[in-house]
Amino acid sequence: MLQIIIIILAVAFILYTILGGADFGAGILEIFAGRRGERTVSKAIAPVWEANHVWLILAIVIIFTGFPLVYATLSLSLHIPLMVVLIGIVLRGTAFTFRYYDVSPDKTHKYFTSFFEISSFITPFFLGITLGAMILGDIPPDNAGSFSERFILPWFNLFCVAMGLFTIAIFGYIAAVFLTGEAKNTPEQRKYSRLSKIFLSSTFAMGLLVFLSAEYNNRHLLADFFGSVLCIISFSLVILLIPVIFYLVNHPKTIYLRIAIGAQVALIIFGWFAMQFPVIIFEKGGTHLTFYNTQAPYATLYQLFIALIVGLILIVPCFYFLFKVFKGSDE
Amino acid sequence: MEDLLAARLQMALSLGFHIVFACIGIAMPVFMAFSEWRWLRTGRQAYLDVAKAWSKGVAIFFAVGAVSGTVLSFELGLLFPEFMKHAGPIIGMPFSWEGTAFFVEAIALGVFLYGWKKLNKWVHWISGIVVGISGIMSGIFVVAANSWMNSPTGFVWKDGKATEIDPVAAMFNDAWFSQALHMTLAAFVATAFAVAGVHAFLLIKNRKIEFHKTALKIALSFGAVAAILQPLSGDISAKDVAKRQPAKLAALEAHYKTSTHAGFVFGGIPNNKTEQVDYAIHVPGLLSYLAHGDFNAEVIGLDKFPKEERPPVVITHVAFQIMILSGCLLALAGLLFIIFSTRWKNILSKKWWLVFIAWLTPIGFIAVEAGWTVTETGRQPWIIYGVMKTKDAVSTMPGLQYSFYSIMAVYVLLTIIIIWLMRKHIARLQTDYPSAKIETE
Ligand code: HDD
Ligand code: HEM
Ligand code: HEM
Repeated sequence: MLQIIIIILAVAFILYTILGGADFGAGILEIFAGRRGERTVSKAIAPVWEANHVWLILAIVIIFTGFPLVYATLSLSLHIPLMVVLIGIVLRGTAFTFRYYDVSPDKTHKYFTSFFEISSFITPFFLGITLGAMILGDIPPDNAGSFSERFILPWFNLFCVAMGLFTIAIFGYIAAVFLTGEAKNTPEQRKYSRLSKIFLSSTFAMGLLVFLSAEYNNRHLLADFFGSVLCIISFSLVILLIPVIFYLVNHPKTIYLRIAIGAQVALIIFGWFAMQFPVIIFEKGGTHLTFYNTQAPYATLYQLFIALIVGLILIVPCFYFLFKVFKGSDE
Repeated sequence: MEDLLAARLQMALSLGFHIVFACIGIAMPVFMAFSEWRWLRTGRQAYLDVAKAWSKGVAIFFAVGAVSGTVLSFELGLLFPEFMKHAGPIIGMPFSWEGTAFFVEAIALGVFLYGWKKLNKWVHWISGIVVGISGIMSGIFVVAANSWMNSPTGFVWKDGKATEIDPVAAMFNDAWFSQALHMTLAAFVATAFAVAGVHAFLLIKNRKIEFHKTALKIALSFGAVAAILQPLSGDISAKDVAKRQPAKLAALEAHYKTSTHAGFVFGGIPNNKTEQVDYAIHVPGLLSYLAHGDFNAEVIGLDKFPKEERPPVVITHVAFQIMILSGCLLALAGLLFIIFSTRWKNILSKKWWLVFIAWLTPIGFIAVEAGWTVTETGRQPWIIYGVMKTKDAVSTMPGLQYSFYSIMAVYVLLTIIIIWLMRKHIARLQTDYPSAKIETE
């Protein structure tokens, strides 16, 4: 049962990264793609963004119900970056909706657009920083120490910044690939296809930076990476998928492309999970928080499990329907 | 600013902001689906126009509801980590069901808002019904979590830890039913009168526009029924509070001394020094009756509680009076609407009636905010009633006021933009919808 809850949590996280990532990334790309891009971006995001971001809420609810200590530790030690993420989510969602629904465009559209673009940039950056802090292991157990040791240094360091940049790059990459499939006219499609290559290279560059800065911050990620067979396998698959994706970008059926990029992102995250399982948060001094030492009592996990299963039974067909209505037929 | 105060204010601000959109998210889908159903049955253009125009305006509210709700699910931990550490496993169950309801709601909403052209009419209508049901369900689930804070059950508190957790018992706690009922009705009352008020205001300028007449009638019909039921449900709530949280009841009534044949206090300002309520009207025996169904029953007063365990009396009492007054006003309006529509239909297009309804626009939401102030402030100093104090639950991070200021800035900005966008939306109705044109009928 615990295993299944963990799997659902992982799936929610992966889906948020793919779908939410495509969402955030679309905002990042808009900075590069100009006004014509704005319309494609709006059309692609509008019907699905609310449903996409519910994956984040699902993940949060699973964490605070099933692994309460993890939630409490995160929200105490990482208060500052999480506040920034929250404000970013609010500004992004509202600016996007305001722009989309405000039928008579005027000067304010420019402001909505800048809010949308800036918050699409900042939110993933701080999401990445938050994840970085969970991996790095500078969070003091029992929240002891000076103000900066407790609330600043665990996330304000080179490694976490690298994680933030990595997140931006990968979100941009996901969105560029998605939008290549979405854009109808060829010059625009070519633009997204070019952007997807640029963001793919940046993703690799930032990935490298993540590992290097980890060494710099005394966190030996490379050793962990090569120590895990699953991790190496999934990384190889990620590489193998790159040519496949660039072949599929020009394929008329966009669904294959979506599956391929989804698989690629899922593999990256899977590799990361494999590397650190069962630890969720690394802490200073080796008292790490794992799925096992933070799990809620049996009765709670049982109810959570049932709610999740019933939820999935309801949600999967609904989601299928939503995507079929809006994405299936390319009109 | 003290950290505890900042955290409480931020929580109150975020919840008070979210609840407005939550109410709209609960009630509007039902109104829209109703209007669309009338159109499917009668084929009258105005019903379709109303459903479409509402769904366009509501999309903005939904988005703000979704993001402000996301803020809350983080904020509970950001501000009160110690609370969530212990409460998470106990009230996680309603929250996980709520998550399921959100999911269904968000998906069905996407289908409803964007599927006008792409779907079969009846399939589209059903998606609206699904939005409505899941909205109501999510409201009920969250309220279950909140009512547990008022009436904590389903665990044993030992050595500062919850053991023997039973999430099902925790969800169906004693306060759950009365709060869920009262809240769901409140969502309908507040939204219906706000919508009715806006359309009445637009009708004052031109009383012939069919679009606004149709919209006003739908909104008022729902509003009238809910507003008449609301005081009855409020009475159930009050009796319930008397049983489970006597300190809250004493505070909301500013009832300082335990007594039999206790009087009900209308209005007034409680004075904590003299333990009297200044400028109030007293009705002898009524409080005993309302709380326990017997004019001579004993009602526990604040004197039974040590000073540091009393809720803030002034805020709770004043908020309670505001809710009661609003409730009576809206119930009266509902009653009049029903009488007029069965007997004197022509009154419904009279100017004075429209002006009256237009004035009621904010009253429902004022009652909602006041009601939550009663519930939440009346629980103080406890965050989990009788188990954990709010001051022991608050985050140990210093400088919480900066979080509060930033959230406040964001929400003030959003409020201004939303009002401005709604005005723009309304200004365009005439050009976008045939039945909203001046010359119809
Ligand atoms: C349109 C909104 C509205 C209206 C007209 C009323 N209420 Fe209310 N009331 C609420 C909206 C509300 C609320 C915001 O929804 C609350 C907060 C918590 C809850 O469950 O409902 C609430 C709470 C609440 C409580 C506290 C419940 C608790 O702490 O568990 C009591 C005793 C009442 N109400 C009583 C009344 C009475 C006697 C009313 C008669 C006129 C009334 N309310 C009208
Ligand atoms: C599931 C629903 C809810 C939960 C879990 C919840 C939780 C909390 C928490 C943790 C606090 C801070 C501790 C305290 O001061 O008591 C609080 C305070 C508060 N909440 Fe709620 N709340 C819920 C619903 C609401 C709603 C919908 C409102 C609506 C407006 C609301 C209004 C307030 C107010 C006004 C305070 C401040 C109390 C004070 O200043 O004393 N609550 N709530
Ligand atoms: C009694 C108080 C509350 C009621 C009645 C309520 C009800 C609702 C409703 C009806 C929606 C859908 C709104 C819309 O679509 O516009 C919503 C959204 C949301 N609420 Fe609340 N809520 C309450 C308090 C809370 C609290 C305390 C939390 C967090 C812990 C919360 C978390 C959320 C989230 C995450 C969403 C967004 C879901 C989505 O994306 O569709 N709500 N709420």
